[in-house]
Amino acid sequence: MKPLNEMKLTFDSRSSNEAFARTAVAAFAAPLDPLMDELCDIKTAVSEAVTNCIVHAYGESGIGKIHITARIYPSRRLWIKIRDSGCGIEDIKQAMQPAYSGDQSGERAGLGFSIMCSFTDRVRVSSRPGQGTTVILEKILSER
Amino acid sequence: MPLKLDISGSFVRAGLSGEIDHHSAKPLREEIDSAIIRVQPELLELDFSAVSFMDSSGIGLIMGRCRLMEEHGGSVRICGASGHLKKVLKLSGIDRIAAVETAKTKEVPHETAE
Repeated sequence: MKPLNEMKLTFDSRSSNEAFARTAVAAFAAPLDPLMDELCDIKTAVSEAVTNCIVHAYGESGIGKIHITARIYPSRRLWIKIRDSGCGIEDIKQAMQPAYSGDQSGERAGLGFSIMCSFTDRVRVSSRPGQGTTVILEKILSER
Repeated sequence: MPLKLDISGSFVRAGLSGEIDHHSAKPLREEIDSAIIRVQPELLELDFSAVSFMDSSGIGLIMGRCRLMEEHGGSVRICGASGHLKKVLKLSGIDRIAAVETAKTKEVPHETAE
């Protein structure tokens, strides 16, 4: 199906870009006039996906690129792809487990994927060790 | 300044504000921790009433402080979270390790039936 609108972003995996990324996607979705609650859901889910790229995908290897493509499809369907070329995920099932975190500092809750799953309508993750990770989030916005 | 610390006796109140994510959590964590280590309070209150956005990094921030407070037998209370923050807190199940007082929802005036 042909999207009604599309945008692409590429930016460095610096933590200061987390706010930029979620705000940019929210601004792209704004013409659909989402509910405040839906907008918060989108911002939070994007923030989680981008933070994963920064903390886990590139964490030890330094700075890499994060690519976001966002599309609006008919029936108010927002589609967001977040892609990195980082270390990849060996065990996606384990990574998506609530409270699992690959981070050893004890400062990460391990809730990234749980939040993505409960704040959007569909989450797809594809990854291969050494080949990066792609997360696709979809959210159907309520009729206004 | 995204953090306002009030210390009185063995009580530390941390008033957080703005957006809490992985980027902004680090300086918050460092400043709160230095107060905890110095004061060793019985109670740490984290006030979220001026926080406009929070992702799971906020949960990590709470969890880490709970752990540090436990080391000297203190506890953590969370207050002021409303709207979207409440949703994130609820999903995390943080109420199992910290007392959560959510912001009071505005009372709806009673409609009288005719």
